[in-house]
Amino acid sequence: MPLNKKLTVGPSPHVRSGATTTGIMLDVIIALVPALIASVYYFGPGALALAGVCVGTCMAAEYLSRKAMKRPNTLGDLSAIVTGLLLAFNLPVSFPLWMAAIGAVVAIVVVKQFFGGLGKNFVNPALLARIVLFLSFGKQMTSWTAPFAWKNGPDAVTTATPLNLFKLNGLYLVDNMKNIESTPGMPSMLKMFFGERGGSLGEVCAVALILGGAYLLFRRVITPVIPLTYVGTFAAVMLLAGKGDLAFVGYQVLGGGLLLGAIFMATDYATSPINIKGQLIFAAGCGLLTAAIRLFGSMPEGVSFSIILMNLLVPHIERWTLPKAFGTPKEKRKENEKSGVKT
Amino acid sequence: MNHIRQKGVLKASARNRGGVGVSHNKNTAGCETVRMPAPSKVTLAMRQHIGAPCRPTVSVGDTVGVGQKIGDSDKYCSAPIHASVSGVVTAIGPLPLASGEIAEAVTIESDGEMRLFEGIAPPKADTKEEFLAAVRESGLVGLGGAGFPAHVKLNIPQGVEIDTLIINAAECEPYITVDYRECIENSWDILSGVRVVKDMLAIKNVVIAVEDNKPEAIAEMKKVADNFQDTGDEIKVMSLRSRYPQGAEKMMIRSVTGRKVPPGKLPSAVGCLVMNVASVSFLARYLKTGKPLVSRSLTVDGSAIAKPGNVRAPIGTLISELIDFCGGFKADPYKIIAGGPMMGSAVIGTDFPTLKQYNAILAFAENTFRLKKERDCIRCGRCAFVCPLNLVPTAIMDAAKAGNVPMIERLSADTCMECGSCAYVCPSGIPLVQYLRLAKAIKNKAGEEQCR
Ligand code: SF4
Ligand code: SF4
Repeated sequence: MPLNKKLTVGPSPHVRSGATTTGIMLDVIIALVPALIASVYYFGPGALALAGVCVGTCMAAEYLSRKAMKRPNTLGDLSAIVTGLLLAFNLPVSFPLWMAAIGAVVAIVVVKQFFGGLGKNFVNPALLARIVLFLSFGKQMTSWTAPFAWKNGPDAVTTATPLNLFKLNGLYLVDNMKNIESTPGMPSMLKMFFGERGGSLGEVCAVALILGGAYLLFRRVITPVIPLTYVGTFAAVMLLAGKGDLAFVGYQVLGGGLLLGAIFMATDYATSPINIKGQLIFAAGCGLLTAAIRLFGSMPEGVSFSIILMNLLVPHIERWTLPKAFGTPKEKRKENEKSGVKT
Repeated sequence: MNHIRQKGVLKASARNRGGVGVSHNKNTAGCETVRMPAPSKVTLAMRQHIGAPCRPTVSVGDTVGVGQKIGDSDKYCSAPIHASVSGVVTAIGPLPLASGEIAEAVTIESDGEMRLFEGIAPPKADTKEEFLAAVRESGLVGLGGAGFPAHVKLNIPQGVEIDTLIINAAECEPYITVDYRECIENSWDILSGVRVVKDMLAIKNVVIAVEDNKPEAIAEMKKVADNFQDTGDEIKVMSLRSRYPQGAEKMMIRSVTGRKVPPGKLPSAVGCLVMNVASVSFLARYLKTGKPLVSRSLTVDGSAIAKPGNVRAPIGTLISELIDFCGGFKADPYKIIAGGPMMGSAVIGTDFPTLKQYNAILAFAENTFRLKKERDCIRCGRCAFVCPLNLVPTAIMDAAKAGNVPMIERLSADTCMECGSCAYVCPSGIPLVQYLRLAKAIKNKAGEEQCR
């Protein structure tokens, strides 16, 4: 039988799995939805507006910068939406929208596209943008609205975040730890868990974040290595620092952006190591740094800085932990390490 | 699928890392092998193996019989080519092959009689030397797809001790069922082939390894193997996890013995010899009859094939005639693959002959493909996670793009067996295997330049 069409040729394999970049990003977006709903519940429609502006600006920035650089349009991979959502999750609800838009442009254009786009950026775009905003608009970045304040009229009530209260009241000192729950303004552990506290949009509701994380695990978008090591290392240090005070550890894990960072930021593919050994080192480093900043630093929170710092170390971590090919004999491994081929 | 544990069947001694769970699609498992009648002509490429190409030993106009040698080489690492039909040699010269490369080939117009060459007689194979010489004369190459000359593989150098012979019936590639059919239909041939190799090379242990998605094959192998128990040397049957690429030599050895073949080393380095099940079965028949490798079984399947099945076809049959024998196309073919979908190669057309190494011809209509848009690498790590050899394909790709030879070496790119697991899972649809080949090519080129 003659062929009436030309056959397609291409390299093997000729079958492919169903996983796609777009699908993965869609899963991340789905996993972020519970936390988004929680933020609207606690902080009102303003949260939705902020998320909308961040996402919209990220998408526009992605489209325009790719166009300006004469590169193919990548809106379809949905990664700009993820960056937009994560950026919004790191901002307080009262943050001016135009400032948020600046952050979105920084995240997409400066951090992501200048370095070649998705997968090539070496720090997390949303986190670096957050730090840039923090350094430029410190006051707006640290004015926190009380949960449910949006229901009680136009005069938003400001509040302090739990970690602010820790710093203000010297709760990091072992002697004061028994006062944690009686500190004025400190939400109960239960409220911490469900998110009725001051903080940025996406970080407050631990339940929603854990739910999203479980979804990502279930969909195999992430593995438990980074989140568990990060939170585990952090909790272990805090347990030591608090001389075994469990309430202290609980408040530390739930307060601030630790869960958001551990589940959604530190697991970012582009800026975390590929192999498990590297991931362990990376995540443990994040945990140690976060604990150190909170315990000894002047800032109340350290998740963003820790992750960014560890992001910068990823190329080195990967070099140290390069896996050896199947069957490489033990002596050969040592030899390789000694000769240390520079990369 | 029936994964019931069968009595007396061994379980794997180690579990390999990585790999992918591709859907098996063994649609033709129930199709008994049918013998294809003489095709109108065959084209026999002079290179159907790894090693030195053969030179034609016949001339245009010669009348040849089935099994007559028509090509050979004076190099040791080569395998002679035999006429697969009886008839007249009509052309000798360079011809394009299905892969697009050009090779010298002999075309034989068939007289339709399939008359056996008179000179065929059972070979003398009483000593190891005679046996190896006979194997070379048979033209046998690894029928699993690699095409490595069998006599070279069986010629274990002095001082190297082989304690385990592994018969590879894993057949981990989707669609292909020829090895499965071999186990069911020719189980006694397999067993006598095993006996010969075992005795000739004085190997202590024999393990026939089958993936656990083929319980009937395991049962059949077990049945015949039990018949040899009285002779004292037991032949064992092992059921392996069905996970691609279980049939790859290194993975197979690890599963069966727990040993790891070091990078750049042969299986003999860890005392193993792996042979494809169809190869040993052929060997038994050859030693009995003296009829060299002139035909082999192929699975013809895929969404564009009207009547899929398993066909024993003369080597050198045109792909188009083979497909016509299977009812032709029922849909426009979009891609035709020689071999399995994971490691086979796409052919450029159907007017090309089959080779000894082909174990399948798969023709697919367009809608059966899951085409992914090729995007930038997102560093998701899936490729490294699934690589059975513990490589980091995305890093090798970067090194290849940058032409960074020390890095390519450090990443052990040349260990890659091109199993395709990495490219299979890549969510960004990156043809990683192509980059791995590129990396190896760059490294080889750099090596050559240094030698100069
Ligand atoms: S699987 Fe594809 S996208 Fe993921 S790291 Fe490997 S090459 Fe990159
Ligand atoms: S093709 Fe090579 S790099 Fe890719 S999974 Fe297979 S062995 Fe590993």
